[in-house]
Amino acid sequence: MKTYETLIFELSNPDRRAFEIPKVDVPEESLESFLPKGALRGEAPELPQVSQVDLMRHYTNLSNRNYGLDTGFYPLGSCTMKYNPKINEDMARLPNFTETHPMQDDSLVQGNLELMDNLDQMLCEITGMDKMTLQPIAGSHGEMLGLMLMKAYHADKGDHNRKKIIVPDSSHGTNPASVAMAGLEVVTIESKENGEGDLDALQEAMGDDVAGLMLTNPNTLGLFEKQIQEIAKMVHEAGGLLYYDGANTNAIMGITRPGDMGFDIVHLNLHKTFTTPHGGGGPGSGPVGVKERLIPYLPVPFVEKKGAGYKLSYDAPKSVGKISNYYGNFGIYLRAYVYILSMGYNGLKRASEVAVLNANYVMYSLKDHFKLAVDRPCKHEFVLAGINTDIAEMPTVNIAKRLLDYGHHPPTVYFPLIVHEALMVEPTETESKEMLDDFIEAMKAIVEESKNDPELVKTAPHTTPVRKLDEVGAARNPIVRWEPEE
Amino acid sequence: MFPYIANTPQDEKDMLKAIGFNSIEEFFEDIPKELRLNRDLNLKPAMTEAEIKVHMEKLGGKNQGKELVNFLGGGVYDRHIPSVINHVISRSEFYTAYTPYQPEISQGTLQVIFEYQTLITNLTGMDVSNASLYDGASAVAEAAFMAVDKTRNKEIIVPDNIHPNTLRVLKTYLHFKDLELVVVPTNEGTFSKAALEEKISENTAGVVVQNPNFFGLVEDEIEEIVELTHKNKALLIMSVDPITLGVLKSPGDYGADIAVGDGQSLGNGLNFGGPYFGFLAATKKLIRKMPGRIAGQTLDKDGKRGFVLTLQTREQHIRREKATSNICTNQALNALAASVYMVALGKKGIAEVATQSAQKAHYLYNQILEKTNFKPVYDKPFFMEFGITSDIPAAKGKEALLKEGILGGIELRICGEQFKNALLVAVTEKRTKEEMDQFVQVLEGLK
Repeated sequence: MKTYETLIFELSNPDRRAFEIPKVDVPEESLESFLPKGALRGEAPELPQVSQVDLMRHYTNLSNRNYGLDTGFYPLGSCTMKYNPKINEDMARLPNFTETHPMQDDSLVQGNLELMDNLDQMLCEITGMDKMTLQPIAGSHGEMLGLMLMKAYHADKGDHNRKKIIVPDSSHGTNPASVAMAGLEVVTIESKENGEGDLDALQEAMGDDVAGLMLTNPNTLGLFEKQIQEIAKMVHEAGGLLYYDGANTNAIMGITRPGDMGFDIVHLNLHKTFTTPHGGGGPGSGPVGVKERLIPYLPVPFVEKKGAGYKLSYDAPKSVGKISNYYGNFGIYLRAYVYILSMGYNGLKRASEVAVLNANYVMYSLKDHFKLAVDRPCKHEFVLAGINTDIAEMPTVNIAKRLLDYGHHPPTVYFPLIVHEALMVEPTETESKEMLDDFIEAMKAIVEESKNDPELVKTAPHTTPVRKLDEVGAARNPIVRWEPEE
Repeated sequence: MFPYIANTPQDEKDMLKAIGFNSIEEFFEDIPKELRLNRDLNLKPAMTEAEIKVHMEKLGGKNQGKELVNFLGGGVYDRHIPSVINHVISRSEFYTAYTPYQPEISQGTLQVIFEYQTLITNLTGMDVSNASLYDGASAVAEAAFMAVDKTRNKEIIVPDNIHPNTLRVLKTYLHFKDLELVVVPTNEGTFSKAALEEKISENTAGVVVQNPNFFGLVEDEIEEIVELTHKNKALLIMSVDPITLGVLKSPGDYGADIAVGDGQSLGNGLNFGGPYFGFLAATKKLIRKMPGRIAGQTLDKDGKRGFVLTLQTREQHIRREKATSNICTNQALNALAASVYMVALGKKGIAEVATQSAQKAHYLYNQILEKTNFKPVYDKPFFMEFGITSDIPAAKGKEALLKEGILGGIELRICGEQFKNALLVAVTEKRTKEEMDQFVQVLEGLK
């Protein structure tokens, strides 16, 4: 196929059109007749003008330079790139949902409100929490909200001294960044080598200035934090709250619940565990669930059952307020709702079991060729500490790039930060044994190549639409928009 | 058994055997017994596609919307959406891809972001744009943080005529960072230099102007406000409706430092409030203060043009708590929809959509004033949305309109009790003369 390297602006021809609106059917008064002259711009904005065929071919050709889940395997650790069911897409496009405006009266959107209420209850059941808000638009947005809830809770108790949030050094970068967004301070504590919390270090960090602790469980090494009950007790006894980063929920559905582990606040990434598509970087959805004592602080509005119907209520004097314009990404969490219906209680549990089976299968199949960060059964993901240096030497980044030539999306690399040369692999339950075997064989082949032909690996990728890109140059001299040649 | 789980019971056996385990249960043995959920989740059993379709049609059937003629606005508008958009965003190479961390196999997404940034900067008249934010309201908050970061001051000034939800979101975001929000009362619906002068000081980090404002009015002292803001060494944040920029002066024309807004009306459906996206564009010197992803052009090792995520040292995965924002996942697919929309319309089309919306809004407005007892809330120049009031409660007017299948507008009571009889009516290019004449007819019959 021909390679495609054209920008849309390079196709523009002022006489072409891709779309037309109907002719105006009211008197065509000039804008100057009702707007102050100073309000108008001299010339319309420079947007390209192309034919509809050009438009479709442009974006189709660009899509061919992309790799999606429907293209192939996507074992990005911590991202839960599982198959995005097509019924979700169809249901999200039903006009009865898409053609509702957020400012319509409650009585006209009873279906939407019922869906929100149902989903709230389903997510509470899965996580063991008491109430959910669907307002956060992404996982980080949920984290920010969760931390605001902590702060509001302590402030309401008259406790303004609690500014510190404890975050393990194995955590995702959004955790400390979200802490800053909520006007709190990060205290990082070291984890033990296997990623488990260091109880002594935690005890030392605890005090009356601590607002709470953020954890993922299973942790970023894919291991279940066995001491979670002791940790919860320690945090609660010190007056703090426990926050659950739900990025790793895919390991535990129907098996164990953060609410039962002692967590007070949970956020979920519906675009991970609950199959809503990633969209190349959103839109996502990051609902937040809380225990009873934190309900008064949830954002407004919330859905309330009233008689036979539902209404949106703003009656929450202690609420943190609003964190997004309306009710979150309705069109996205609708897809998660459809997914939960498709799987049912038995399917969700089976999904977690097979996700864990698949991860262990890949991990143990690679144990001779790579170093395991921890040699212990994992949950839904695992971390390799780089290549087995008894066989060959090769930086993780080159292994990742070489995988592109084998047609697989590489795992997450150099994360978590506590593992040297980390490769974090999350196969998910939607992949077949055949696909996993293909990936395992590719990984082993790259180890062999690293021994026999290291140059081939170091100069990878060789078969992608573009080769290795100059990222340093891009940052040094940022070109962030197209400009016509002089 | 479950269509989204590939491995069969036989695969399971083979896999366990290959790695020396007897059952899946062994992988879960480290979870303390008392933490195990020793019961089934209290959810329904799995449903098939056919069953789900019936369920969802039934649930959706409890909504009304698709059969109604929509005059609701307030930042979310019912516009013509070109068919090409759904076809482009339905390509699973786009919608099932992750954030483009591996640029060699993500050139599609990266070039889309680069083109989007160009389209947004051309529309807003700014130098640089990011890849999108959550929505218009959080974009104002992120812009406020940029102003605070840049000036090292702690106070953000906003007029009381911005979208009430934007104000709410801003209030939450600022409160938690111990920053100060100063709300300036407006004069007959618009923001005046005199009103700003009373509040602005050397402590001001940023001033927000929304144009057109929540009441649909075109602000008439923006130039003076920009000048006063800059004199006080603060940043001017302009919140705009992207469609109106087809004909209205851009934030760049006014000398704004940051332009923000909600991108819903650029080819995104109503979707009961989301997903939409927020856009944020700024002057060149603010680029390193910007939140979120930015795509940049570069070369590959064969010298071919390519695109990467750039200036990542601003972001959470590198800077952690010192990042400019915590945003990670944004609204990429909605930004793609907006790009396709802007390309489908082109320079001429966007001016036509803006012009027609304004012309139709003025037709309806004039008809209402001529034929009914309704009066304008503010008798000032507006663009495509206007407030009307009478001595009848707004709810009654809405109800009468709904009987004829019309969503008549937003009750302005949300902005204060003084507006209890007022409706905010939005008119887009999609509304027809016939629909508007019927609107007028219903109001004529109101007693």
